[in-house]
Amino acid sequence: MQETISFFSGFTPNDLWFMGEAALRTLWISALSITIGTVLGGVFGWMLYEGKLTAALTLAPVLDIFRSVPLIIQLVLFYNFAPIVGLDLDPFGSGVVILTIYTAALVANVARGAIEAVGKPMRRAARSLGMSYWQDMRYVVLPIGGRAVFPAWVGVALGVMKDSALVSVLGYVELLKASQILITRTQEPFLILAIAGAFYFALSFPISRYAAKLEQRWAQ
Amino acid sequence: MFDYNFHWRPVLKNLPDLLGAGLLTLQVAVLAMVVGIVIGLAIALIRMHMRGPLYWLATGWVELARNTPALFQLFFFGFGLGAFGLHLSPFAIVLCGLSFNCAGYLAENFRGGFQAVPETQLRAARSLGMTAWQAYTRIIIPQVFRIVYHPLTNQLVWAVLMSSLGMLVGFRELSGETQFFASRTFRIFEYFAATAVIYYVIVKIILLASRLLAARLFRY
Repeated sequence: MQETISFFSGFTPNDLWFMGEAALRTLWISALSITIGTVLGGVFGWMLYEGKLTAALTLAPVLDIFRSVPLIIQLVLFYNFAPIVGLDLDPFGSGVVILTIYTAALVANVARGAIEAVGKPMRRAARSLGMSYWQDMRYVVLPIGGRAVFPAWVGVALGVMKDSALVSVLGYVELLKASQILITRTQEPFLILAIAGAFYFALSFPISRYAAKLEQRWAQ
Repeated sequence: MFDYNFHWRPVLKNLPDLLGAGLLTLQVAVLAMVVGIVIGLAIALIRMHMRGPLYWLATGWVELARNTPALFQLFFFGFGLGAFGLHLSPFAIVLCGLSFNCAGYLAENFRGGFQAVPETQLRAARSLGMTAWQAYTRIIIPQVFRIVYHPLTNQLVWAVLMSSLGMLVGFRELSGETQFFASRTFRIFEYFAATAVIYYVIVKIILLASRLLAARLFRY
């Protein structure tokens, strides 16, 4: 029989699989939050633009709160608030709710910028060609304004993807939480963190480069 | 459904401690900004004027800082360096992590600022008999400062918000202190709600101060 028992074991291929699964969870929670948050943020942005004073007094301060309080505090607060009002949410659900609202708060400003980027004369021209308000929105504002703020939106989306790492405080095992678990077991922090960092980098770097290139091309 | 009793008294009792921790948050954020500005400026200048290994080091810094989560960077300084027998104190972990992150983001802002000032201004200053140092400190830097002033303010706000991650590496700044009290009294919601308010106030004070300072600095 073995004399000593080791509590630690080295990094095995199995652990790589564990991290891969966790990375998928990171992708899933970010994709879900970014998709819903962008739609919601678009609506908010439109309200901010059209609502003028009413929106500036009601919606804007609320959205501002989500941008002025650390995401980690929002997550803990909501996770502990949900049971008080009788909601039964798991860490994933709470994470999606907060990340979605957070995305929406950031996208709202981007969306408003998109509408403002389309010149008034162009929109009047669209309307005088017989387009309805929504046709003008759909066929003039969306393509032109959307293109103007697309790089900014990519920045927000990548930011949320990276910030999804914070959902680990609620106990959701995404990539960074998985790394932490593995570090505790294998005692090989450098290797494991390097793998986790490489995954985030491999996802974020090409997309941000692509967005920057698009921005350059469209600026000409 | 709504059978939760809010207990705000323990929060009120510990409010002075929380506010003190808020000062620590502000302290570490400002310190990280100062380090970030110095390193960011160096990185921006290196990326604009140099080639070779130093250029690649600076570029690598920027891309790593911008394309990985801030929490990952904090973990790296916290656990990753442990692999080399380097154990930093929680304060040093947060300071290093935030400075690394800020330097990366600020370097890009500075680069944009420098590129916005036409090169002919430097040549004009030099042909008036100024030394390179004089031309930079009297002609170029003041103009760049104007351009990067708002990004700098935003980065300081980000640094304050990001410092909340210190909670996850055992640093007792505002969030860490809150978690400490919350886990002692189990009044998690109340404590974190108070902390959210404190963060909001800190951010608003920074923005207000920045606006007042801008009104004084950029009168002409």
